[in-house]
Amino acid sequence: MLKKLSRHRALPGFGLSMGYTVVYLSLIILIPLAVLFLKASTLSFTEFWRTVTDERVVASYKLTLWTSFFAAFINLVFGTLIAWVLVRYDFWGKRLADAIVDLPFALPTAIAGIALTTIYAPNGWIGKYFAAMGIKIAYTPLGIMIALTFIGLPFVVRSVQPVLQDLDSRYEEAAATLGANSMQIFFKIIFPAIFPAMMTGFALAFARALGEYGSVVFISGNMPMKTEIIPLLIITKLEQFNYGGAAAIAAVMLLFSFILLFLINVWQWKTAKKQQMI
Amino acid sequence: MNELVLEVKFVSMKKWLLIGVALGFLGLFIVIPLLAVFSEALKKGIQLYFAAFNDADALSAIKLTLVTAAISVPINTVFGIVAAWAIAKFDFRGKNILITLIDIPFAVSPVIAGLVFVLLFGSQGLFGSFLAAHDLKIVFAVPGIVLATIFVTFPFVVRELIPMMQEQGTEEEQAAMTLGANGWQMFFRVTLPNIKWGLLYGVILCIARAMGEFGAVSVVSGHIRGLTNTIPLHVEILYNEYNFQAAFAMASLLTMLALVTLGLKSLVEWKTKKYVNGG
Repeated sequence: MLKKLSRHRALPGFGLSMGYTVVYLSLIILIPLAVLFLKASTLSFTEFWRTVTDERVVASYKLTLWTSFFAAFINLVFGTLIAWVLVRYDFWGKRLADAIVDLPFALPTAIAGIALTTIYAPNGWIGKYFAAMGIKIAYTPLGIMIALTFIGLPFVVRSVQPVLQDLDSRYEEAAATLGANSMQIFFKIIFPAIFPAMMTGFALAFARALGEYGSVVFISGNMPMKTEIIPLLIITKLEQFNYGGAAAIAAVMLLFSFILLFLINVWQWKTAKKQQMI
Repeated sequence: MNELVLEVKFVSMKKWLLIGVALGFLGLFIVIPLLAVFSEALKKGIQLYFAAFNDADALSAIKLTLVTAAISVPINTVFGIVAAWAIAKFDFRGKNILITLIDIPFAVSPVIAGLVFVLLFGSQGLFGSFLAAHDLKIVFAVPGIVLATIFVTFPFVVRELIPMMQEQGTEEEQAAMTLGANGWQMFFRVTLPNIKWGLLYGVILCIARAMGEFGAVSVVSGHIRGLTNTIPLHVEILYNEYNFQAAFAMASLLTMLALVTLGLKSLVEWKTKKYVNGG
């Protein structure tokens, strides 16, 4: 395929389409984001440092990071399992199950937020059983984790599923013939093959969860120091017309997301290269 | 013999256990929230359900949502086709970097997407005094909502098209050129028919996201009832006023759109599979 591309006779429109792409990308995405960093840099260093190390801000960073991490981890485990079931087994309703995996991509986050809050509130469908046991879900970090699990659900499934589909079953058969049991086959043959895809899905779900706002803001209760996520804190600063503070908090978070995005991409180029070499 | 029967039983037990866990997880996280939306919307009967839409603020929210999508989706669709053409059909240095840059809106919190436009066009923003002097309003008005929506829906069409166009290669286009077609003829008779299903799905995803965007729009809208409220923002207001039935009735509109999106995705996958198998 690479060969086909590199030996092409020139098709028309490269200069025009490339120019348009770069200009539009710069106007809509790059320049506005540059302005964010510019605004953050108008603060003096001590001001910047005081803003991003404020007790309330640090508590919020911590909460956002660990709830996002655990939600992505839940998705790593169950997403891989769902991908496995969808690829390897046949059962009634499989196509429907496959289709609804993408719902969190298509459903507006605010709607997911109010629906989950209604279900997990102390008088909700599921929340009331937990309330009876003395466990509060909505308006606690547990609720935030549930919302983040919802919005991250498709990432791991959709990363692992195609890799599992392409996995040649001959290796598993060979291993079985040589006397490997199903646990050995899974950990020695299947797991190494799908591991890069699992990590990509995990990182995508994690990155998405870090910035999530709509689904969390209803279920979290938004108590400072306890259940206040970073995007909400940015909005709070904006509402106080503290533009510099909002930009500073956002810049730190954006930097973190970019590093994550960069790592995912490097990982993907590497695995793509490896596959091409084979 | 007996051992074999036991093993077969064990294997099928494991299979059904895994299927059970997978479906249970999907049921808990996907199906129950879906049911909750419709059950809450219809809780007080069908008449009150429809009454929720017969309200000036609700209608203006629906209208603004449609206007926003009608502006931002075509802009991003044109960009998506043009950018995918450059990226999928040509080789150049820095292609991976360009694709990564296009992906940025996926990694940026919607709240930050809104924030950058406030920093640019807000009253204390970079162009704030210029806009005020010329009596122009972008933030807390419709243009800001459109801009924020364009930002968050930026990658949807192009990301659907790139893998599809890369897979199709350039042979058919080159054949068309050799046969004397000009650029536009080649595009409309060869490229566009080849990508139509992927394009359709990308556009539908873009529409669903444009109409459902909450975080970014929430930051730039200013929440002026009847003026700068989209459907998701109106849902939030109703919900915070404890008017749950009306909030979920409005929410059910976008939920139906989400379900249509999923149905269409299955259709597109089925169609493209047929194309690959048949072609």
